[in-house]
Amino acid sequence: MSTSNHIQLHRRFGSTILPWLLPLLILAAWEYSARSGLLSTRVLPEPWAVAKAAWHLVQTGELWSNLKVSAGRAFAGLAIGGGLGLLLGLLTGLFVPAQVALDTTLQMLRNIPPLAMIPLVILWFGIDEGAKLFLVALGVFFPLYLNTFHGIRTVDRNLIEMARSYGLSGWRLYRDVILPGALPSILVGLRFSLGLMWVLLIVAETISSSSGIGYMTMNAREFLQTDVVLVGILLYALLGKIADVAAKGLERVCLRWHPSYQ
Amino acid sequence: MNAAVRSPLPREAAPTGHDQPLPLPERAAGTKAHNGLAVSVRGLEKHYGERQVLRGLSLDIARGSFVAIVGRSGCGKSTLLRIVAGLEQADGGKLDVGTSSCACEQRPDIRLMFQDARLLPWKSVIDNVRLGLPRSALPAARAALRDVGLEDRARDWPAALSGGQRQRVALARALVHRPQLLLLDEPLGALDALTRIEMHALIERLWREHGFTALLVTHDVQEAVALADRVVVIEDGAIGLDQAVALPRPRARGSQAFAALEDRVLTQVLQQHADRPDAPASLEEQTDALRLATARWVI
Repeated sequence: MSTSNHIQLHRRFGSTILPWLLPLLILAAWEYSARSGLLSTRVLPEPWAVAKAAWHLVQTGELWSNLKVSAGRAFAGLAIGGGLGLLLGLLTGLFVPAQVALDTTLQMLRNIPPLAMIPLVILWFGIDEGAKLFLVALGVFFPLYLNTFHGIRTVDRNLIEMARSYGLSGWRLYRDVILPGALPSILVGLRFSLGLMWVLLIVAETISSSSGIGYMTMNAREFLQTDVVLVGILLYALLGKIADVAAKGLERVCLRWHPSYQ
Repeated sequence: MNAAVRSPLPREAAPTGHDQPLPLPERAAGTKAHNGLAVSVRGLEKHYGERQVLRGLSLDIARGSFVAIVGRSGCGKSTLLRIVAGLEQADGGKLDVGTSSCACEQRPDIRLMFQDARLLPWKSVIDNVRLGLPRSALPAARAALRDVGLEDRARDWPAALSGGQRQRVALARALVHRPQLLLLDEPLGALDALTRIEMHALIERLWREHGFTALLVTHDVQEAVALADRVVVIEDGAIGLDQAVALPRPRARGSQAFAALEDRVLTQVLQQHADRPDAPASLEEQTDALRLATARWVI
């Protein structure tokens, strides 16, 4: 009994501490090289200076207001593009005529990198909010669309046959069998989308904006505030990580029946 | 105890003829159930593309009896069962189940058990059992689970169960609908020998208590002789042997009469192989592939 507890403790230690070991090592090496003068502060300021800059931004409220704007854009884009992707994925997955009519077109559009659209997007929307929303929405659309479609098409046909023979059809068949069966794939799509969401937002905000984390970092670049630039970059990393953790948490809740989540 | 009294669900109106004597005298003494659907198959034809699976097959199954269908892979036995279940349409011939000539999909009095349990992995055991039923059927689902001895696993996920337990849940899921005709499509094919013998006893007990008609498709001759009143050998889409099994229940597998019957059926099944050594072994797979190819996808 105590041995198994011991092993469990070991495992917990391994799984919670181990992933953070490498980042901490990198941080230590970074601090050391900055202090010893190996790295100039123009290239990379020491971590402590970055922390101080971050604290300063928090105190002035600048960080919070920019963060709010960026997160707002990201999630609005996700809601529009992801929602549309989910909807169209369901449509083409469930109805053969919809697939025939839409899928070829969507597969063609999928091959255009969203960032290649930037010149056109600027012509269409100018440089205001519309352009940023469009870019994010376009990028997150395809992962959700493709994975939803794929998820529905790969639901075990035997289960559907069984459910039909037990009298399920229409909405109930969809709710009890098709949607839960497609959910693992849909959630994979969501995780891809969340990753892309931040990437596209960074690019959109870097091009032009008057608020948001992208604006904050570009502004700092002009004043050679490398520490603030780094705060911005780290903030993106943190936001990406939070989004990923949230998606994983969602998987754990929604897929708790799945053997690999037990 | 009468199954009707035990049932918390209102029973479907049983077919007429409560006062008729049961067709099999050996059962009349042991059970008080008066239900079960009769099945009548006349000249059934079915082909997938070029290949004819059923060639004018005719079969009568008495109310409340237990009939086993044996045959080699691809002989058409599963197809017959799927047609009776309404999962597939025959290309010709006549099928009567009970009073209605329509074996339409979604008849609540016909239930099918598949080779794999086909439990929904995202629903708990109890929710799988009450699939397609309203919340009010929860006590009935619980009773069905108790019937198969898995009441304490009601809240578990199917993934946590063993293969035999999953099939027991699938059996409970079929029984909660109070079927008049239970179709079993090689339900024990994937289980180990010991679990199979336990499942035989369970299925036999539930059949005696509930009094439904049972139609079992299997490739295991011993299983067929152990469970059925009648063993039908299908070869090449038609009936090759129709053997009554008049052994008293519960049946001792070691007895001489049992062994003789088993041997007789087995000889018949093997002999057809000797006749057609060129028969492809994977006919069943071909059939499955064709089924998938024609499956429609609209809900």
